[in-house]
Amino acid sequence: MSRFLVWVNKRLPLDETVKEHLTEYFAPKNFNILYYAGSLLLLMIVIQLISGFFLMAHYDPTSQGAFASVQGIMYDTKWGWLIRYMHVDGVSLIFILLYAHMFRGLLYGSHRAPRELVWIIGYIIYLLMMAEAFVGYVLPFGNLSYWAGEVITSIIHAVPVIGPPLTTLARGGPGIGTATLQRFLALHVVLFFLIILAAIAMHIVALHRVGSNNPDGVEIKKHNGPDGKPLDGIPFHPYYTVKDLFGVGVWLTIFVSVIFYAPTMHGIFMERTTFLAANPMVSLPDVTPPWYLSPYYAMLRAVPNKYYGIAIMITSVLLPFLLPWLDRNPVRSSRYRPVYKIMLIVAGISFITLAWVGEQPPLPKYFLIERAATALYLGFYILLPIISKIEPTRPVPERVTG
Amino acid sequence: MSMYRYLCFLLVSMLVPGLAFGAADTVHWMTPHYTFNRTTVIAGARYFADHCMACHSVSSLRYEYLTADLGMPKTEVEKDIMLPDGAAFKGTIVSPMPPDMAAKWLGKPPPNLSHMDRYLGSKFIYTYLLSFYWDPARPSGWNNYVFPMVAMPNVLAPWGGTVGPKGHVIYPGKLSPAEYHKNVADVVAFLRYASDPSYFKRMAIGPYVIGILLLFTILAYLLKTAYWMDLKKGGGAGMRVKGGNK
Repeated sequence: MSRFLVWVNKRLPLDETVKEHLTEYFAPKNFNILYYAGSLLLLMIVIQLISGFFLMAHYDPTSQGAFASVQGIMYDTKWGWLIRYMHVDGVSLIFILLYAHMFRGLLYGSHRAPRELVWIIGYIIYLLMMAEAFVGYVLPFGNLSYWAGEVITSIIHAVPVIGPPLTTLARGGPGIGTATLQRFLALHVVLFFLIILAAIAMHIVALHRVGSNNPDGVEIKKHNGPDGKPLDGIPFHPYYTVKDLFGVGVWLTIFVSVIFYAPTMHGIFMERTTFLAANPMVSLPDVTPPWYLSPYYAMLRAVPNKYYGIAIMITSVLLPFLLPWLDRNPVRSSRYRPVYKIMLIVAGISFITLAWVGEQPPLPKYFLIERAATALYLGFYILLPIISKIEPTRPVPERVTG
Repeated sequence: MSMYRYLCFLLVSMLVPGLAFGAADTVHWMTPHYTFNRTTVIAGARYFADHCMACHSVSSLRYEYLTADLGMPKTEVEKDIMLPDGAAFKGTIVSPMPPDMAAKWLGKPPPNLSHMDRYLGSKFIYTYLLSFYWDPARPSGWNNYVFPMVAMPNVLAPWGGTVGPKGHVIYPGKLSPAEYHKNVADVVAFLRYASDPSYFKRMAIGPYVIGILLLFTILAYLLKTAYWMDLKKGGGAGMRVKGGNK
């Protein structure tokens, strides 16, 4: 070590930190493709930070100027279109990664003891991301932004007693206007974002405390070599850093293809109603949330009563917190639990169906699909404690397989 | 969704021009046929300047972009596109019609068309422009199949001809249907460009960016295989080599 690094290490635990989290953090050697999502999410957050910085430098948070300033970024600012497409499409890609990352966790039992806190902190990050995305898409102040802001903040109205004043507080007035944009901008770039960063740091620290799970769901720390290091573990750096670098290459190629060839993804990543300036006089024929929030919207709509609908929606949002305890089977990975695997796949398909049906207009022909998918999705949580107790399991290997 | 909310939804969708979407199932949408390139967009811009710009603005776009982005000579932009009074080459494309006067004359001010293509789609605009029919009951004398009770008169009637409510030709247009449809398709192409001027830039740079990233991906893959080679060789015990001793 150079004299400079010795000097630094006496004052800052640089060497220790690098060892603890990279060169001597042992990860199982059998990670598959689903394990790329975590590091890619970290990359995408950094991309959002950088692109968001440039966007904010050109943004005007007033009801009169917001839409025009965003169009100024798209038309008049050099490379502005690239930055905005990065930021907007980045959100959809982040949610694709988030859902893959969470599904991976459930598939291999990564949320089970001793990793409950990793799951809970991660789920908090997901909720914060939803809030961050919501306040973010109100900012461009297209007509969708206006009505989405109006509809979502009106959910707060359903809170008993303090609902109405709370709605006024959230909006900064009786309706969506300059005050709303200014507080949403503050939430978007300061409060929510800083909490997300802190939560990500905690997520990683908590993970490194207990160690990574793997597709077999077995504990690699049980089988250590004579040097006390896990036999099935490999140092995160350099093995997984170079592997993730390859993942970054593939992912960025996909990201760039979206930005350059399908920036609106046919109205899925950027809805067509965002291209009309906010107008309280023109209500939208279909106020639907972006695809990554629409499963919850579909569940809200599935119940023909505002309060029960909101109750179902909030329940469906909060239930995943309980998953580490709802699952009572000693086996973690779905590789050795065929029944659990089927349940998980059914729940996943119901969730995707809800995302699709949430984007459809509220027509009677969708009601049955909407309700069936809601029942199947919530059924997963209700049946899990019972079925996990009695389901048959296959023999679990002692050490990780290929 | 209660019956009450459903009825509200129906009512609202009838009150707003969004009816056009509600009627989407019964309308036969026509696809404009054009090659989306700079020549088509310039032709559309000329046609737009001659027939649409008196009322409609494209205020997100600037005249200079027709030169900088599409390669139309500045002198031609000044002669053929820019409206005479007060237009600046670096200025935005704004109709000379005052919005309050327009509201008085036409019932409501003509909308800004900057983002209309992304809002309603090329098929909608094309079908809409070709769906006017003569209806003496309307103040302007015009009605539209895809946008009923629209305030806009059929300004293209001298070229496309006048059609009655049942589709019979009252006056034939000056142009043949093929020529006329081509002109309208050009305008649609111009509006598509106006709603997303980054298109030609994206198409020009895209392949290079993707190429560089693919190259990076291949190099990263080779690097990964090189590092992971010693895991295969040494089995369990060889994995504890510290990074960088390759």
